[in-house]
Amino acid sequence: MSKERVHGMSIIVRTVTRITMVLIFLYGIYIVLHGHLTPGGGFAGGVIIALAFINLLLAYGREVSKQVFSKPATSVVEALGAIMFISLALLGLESGGFLHNFIGDDGAAGNLISAGTIPITNIAIALKVGAGMFGIYLSLILLQPFEKEDK
Amino acid sequence: MVELYILLGVMIAGAVIAVQVKNRLSAVIAVGIIGLAASIIFLLLKAPDIALTQLVVEIVAVIFLIRATLSRDLAKKPTGYRPFGAFMGILFIAIGAIVAVGTFIGNLNVFGEPLMTVSTFYPLNAIEGTGAVNVVTAIILDYRAYDTLGEATVLFTAVIGVLAVMRPVGKKEVGNNDE
Repeated sequence: MSKERVHGMSIIVRTVTRITMVLIFLYGIYIVLHGHLTPGGGFAGGVIIALAFINLLLAYGREVSKQVFSKPATSVVEALGAIMFISLALLGLESGGFLHNFIGDDGAAGNLISAGTIPITNIAIALKVGAGMFGIYLSLILLQPFEKEDK
Repeated sequence: MVELYILLGVMIAGAVIAVQVKNRLSAVIAVGIIGLAASIIFLLLKAPDIALTQLVVEIVAVIFLIRATLSRDLAKKPTGYRPFGAFMGILFIAIGAIVAVGTFIGNLNVFGEPLMTVSTFYPLNAIEGTGAVNVVTAIILDYRAYDTLGEATVLFTAVIGVLAVMRPVGKKEVGNNDE
């Protein structure tokens, strides 16, 4: 178990993960971008995107993932999502009020570009939730220096 | 309705197994059964948004639990007969049963027909009002966006708390004191 944790799983798991990770990532992006058309939205899509990266970490182990991912980057992305959400909310003050849909109807209902600020807010929430979940995973499990390795 | 009751029974069985089983991996998987059954219930009640979110979050939670708990030295479950605990358990089950019987016989509306009809405004007006075809997204990101802001704040605070408590910087390793 601890050997898997440090050096990753077998080559079969790694190869399959390398292929499926892209598909999971694309599915997450689809869920986020079509949040105002089909079931889903920013929260579920963000967690799916985080799951794609978590899959990669589980398959490749700690040695590789410590060089690829860094905790400050996830913090920056998460804060970026939060700032995006808040600035969209504050921009609404210009026209109607806090969190007002200031873009309004910019396309026919059912199109990908429609519903005003709702898709942009979905993207902000997806960034925030995905980076948050991934940051929790990194700090809770990967970067634990006091964990017993040889047990 | 029958499949709903079957799924609720599966959830109760999963909870009991998760508490009673000795092996920790089996307990975590039993917790996952509860989340899966809840997701299927949401799907049967025609709420695919919540079903998707519940399924995905449950997967993340099970991965976290497996990775975070299996290799740690956690406190052992206390064994032996505890008369006070047994008494309190029976008392809580009895109170719950009495309250449930008193509530469900005669005092509740029919399932699926809520007393408050204010929520019918949103399905009728959401598409013209916001342009979003998915009414759930129209509600949580336009009509009730303030609630979503609060939820995002809660998650942000939780992430900040975890990152601050579990940070590797400034912590001593356990074995280093002897050397």
